[in-house]
Amino acid sequence: MNEVISVSGLVKTFGRTRALDGLDLTVRPGEVHGFLGPNGAGKSTTIRVLLGLLRADSGEARLLGGDPWHDATALHRRLAYVPGDVTLWPNLSGGEVIDLLGRLRGGLDTARRDELVKRFELDPKKKGRAYSKGNRQKVALVAALASDAELLILDEPTSGLDPLMEEVFQECVREERGSGRTVLLSSHILSEVEALCDRVTIIRKGRTVETGTLAELRHLTRTSIRAELAGPPDGLADLPGVHDPEVQDHTFKCEVETAQLDGVLRRLTEIGVRGLTSQPPTLEELFLRHYQDDLRANGSGSGSGGAGAGKASDAKAGSR
Amino acid sequence: MTALAGTGPLTRLALRRDRIMLPVWVYLIVIMAASTVSSTKGLYPDTASRMRLASSTNGTPALVALYGRVYDPTSLGAVSMLKLNVFGAVAAAALSIVLVVRHTRADEESGRLELVGATAVGRRAPLTSALSVMLTTNVLIAVLCALALTTAGLPAAGSAAAGLAWGGVGLACGAITAVVAQLTSHARTATGYSFAVLGAFFLVRAFGDTSGEDGPRWLSWLSPIGWGQQFRPYAGNRWWVLLVMVVFAAVMTVVAYALVSRRDLGAGILPDREGPATASARLTGAIALWWRLQRGSLLGWAVAFAILGAALGGIASNVGSMADSKQAHDLIIKLGGEKGITDAFLATEMVFASIFAAAFGVQAVGLLRAEETGQRTEPVLATAVSRWRWAAGPVLIALLGSVGLLLLAGMVAGAVYAGQSGDSAQFGRLVGASLVQIPAAWVVIGIMVLGYGLVPRFTAAGWAVLVAFLLIGEMGPLLKLPHWVMDVSPFAHTPKLPGTAWSATPLVWTTALAAVLIGAGLWAFRRRDITS
Repeated sequence: MNEVISVSGLVKTFGRTRALDGLDLTVRPGEVHGFLGPNGAGKSTTIRVLLGLLRADSGEARLLGGDPWHDATALHRRLAYVPGDVTLWPNLSGGEVIDLLGRLRGGLDTARRDELVKRFELDPKKKGRAYSKGNRQKVALVAALASDAELLILDEPTSGLDPLMEEVFQECVREERGSGRTVLLSSHILSEVEALCDRVTIIRKGRTVETGTLAELRHLTRTSIRAELAGPPDGLADLPGVHDPEVQDHTFKCEVETAQLDGVLRRLTEIGVRGLTSQPPTLEELFLRHYQDDLRANGSGSGSGGAGAGKASDAKAGSR
Repeated sequence: MTALAGTGPLTRLALRRDRIMLPVWVYLIVIMAASTVSSTKGLYPDTASRMRLASSTNGTPALVALYGRVYDPTSLGAVSMLKLNVFGAVAAAALSIVLVVRHTRADEESGRLELVGATAVGRRAPLTSALSVMLTTNVLIAVLCALALTTAGLPAAGSAAAGLAWGGVGLACGAITAVVAQLTSHARTATGYSFAVLGAFFLVRAFGDTSGEDGPRWLSWLSPIGWGQQFRPYAGNRWWVLLVMVVFAAVMTVVAYALVSRRDLGAGILPDREGPATASARLTGAIALWWRLQRGSLLGWAVAFAILGAALGGIASNVGSMADSKQAHDLIIKLGGEKGITDAFLATEMVFASIFAAAFGVQAVGLLRAEETGQRTEPVLATAVSRWRWAAGPVLIALLGSVGLLLLAGMVAGAVYAGQSGDSAQFGRLVGASLVQIPAAWVVIGIMVLGYGLVPRFTAAGWAVLVAFLLIGEMGPLLKLPHWVMDVSPFAHTPKLPGTAWSATPLVWTTALAAVLIGAGLWAFRRRDITS
């Protein structure tokens, strides 16, 4: 098997919380793979298992053809990792941390390092304690991107970056893909995933709920249609595959299951089309559909917060 | 005043966060005071014995530098205060420094204060609540110590003076810390600077106290620790010194408030220093990183051990004349060896050096836990560094550092003692005496490593174990604890050197035990989850 990452049926519990509950994940060579899920869904826990920092309770996990727990040190020479919450040594400068992490991995490309420092507009002379969150993130990103690792594992790498730097980050990831590296990108910034990723895995409460290319995922969902018609939009709302229809005079809006588009379009042309816009489903819609239950259960729009299985530990909440 | 809004809730929050640390610390100070008085009573029961102790103390510059002078040789209180004066003052000052930094700069640096500051909390409220916690603590120390000393059988007025002296020193040092915490933007630096100031106060007082009649004795008056001693509990009770302390604290507080209203949240008055843009060629591995993180602390410990060694060597030549009551003589012989009282004294003090060396080791290994909870371990272990190699760094620094520190103390003590006594053989004897202390310190380091490997949450228990061993060793003979309890402490198995016949067997066993503990701890660490 030549998959870069293959995980199946992964289970990890912390006391009573089941952080991973039979998770599956496959990342193929050379792809940028989006790893999606709300806070607490188990993204970071999966990554920690893949890095050999946590030991899984059961399930299979293979990384670059090896066992992430037993072969940790050897495998780590071939990957670079950016944690979601970067903390630096307070009395080491950013430049020192970049070099140190590179050397600990087995060397880094200094020319590339200098170029990245410039592109991310990072001041490498500041001490670790003096950096803002975004700048700490940049330090870790430069250290990872300047390596010659074949796999990049990025755990919410752009949290705290401004939109300009987010753009630089996206360019860099595209370059990495161009040079044949594989990227696992955990994120909940959906526009970022949409812009960068070849394939996507969506997880929820420690389980995989959807995986595939964006095109495949879109096929499973709905297209939104807005049509201005010649006559009253009779009979449209009752067609199979039509959801959330809205009628305003001769304007008709609805969501259509992609497989049922033909029937709807046929009926529209029968009435007579004066104007038509159709939108493929955005990743956000895809994503929200999977979490609608959670949203409803919590009765608010920010349902992802407490819904998941909890982070690896609550120390992340800020007990520094 | 809106600038003070929210002080009440913040103070309650601070007290809640300190609900374990504060009582334990205060309790230890009080217990130490009471137990020292009762043991002094036994050691120097009559005026004659106390006068001999006082005159030999006042005649030994190393002792005066460490403890100060005895101002009324006839009074039991003043003699009891010999060691206590400095101990209580430094303990109250250290607690005050920790409290003030913890509730001002540390909260600010971590961003917690920002979270709080965005609510209905005034600009001056955090500093006010930190100062109120610090003030309350020092009042508590003053009152409880005064009560404890009176209960132990000393005159009430002197006891009140002693308690106020300690509380006053704590208050003064806490107020200085409030200023220092405004200057630097980092808690670690603030704590470091404050303790450096405390150290400077100690040294200034030592210079003042040891200078002759026509020398710069006034130097002692530049130091809050000096004020604590010039309060002269049980030897005149100069109440007006309290006024000096309070006025000083008030001035410092005014300065701190002025600085608070002049700066931004999170900023310091002193600028941040820059570091190099690239790492030097030496910063290449996990061990090099650990060395970089710990070398400053080790240097500080080395200075302390050199001073300790010099004091030991300086005192050694005068020990004979100090302990000439029968009880003192008996006790030292009981605690130490059989040959000379000087050897017994040195053997006893060497155990302290060993405990300090173990404390360095506990601190060094404790950094493993701090790195892990600080989430800096994860990125390193995600590189080609194995867990074994990562944990080896601080363990090696602890093991080798404790050896280096003990050797340093032994060499300095030996050189000073050999120089004063004219007996060059003392150098080798004291170096040897310091080296036999190594295995016991290593056992404590081993316990710490095992704790970290098995149950990382309880890593801090390493300190508790060390304090327990210290108390068993100190109080055990006085409390007549059963033998098996005393034998739990690895320090009980160290040969009493210099001066007695000894065998290597216990050293081999304790070293082996340390090795097993460390090995088991590292093994457990390799198998467990990294917490984040």
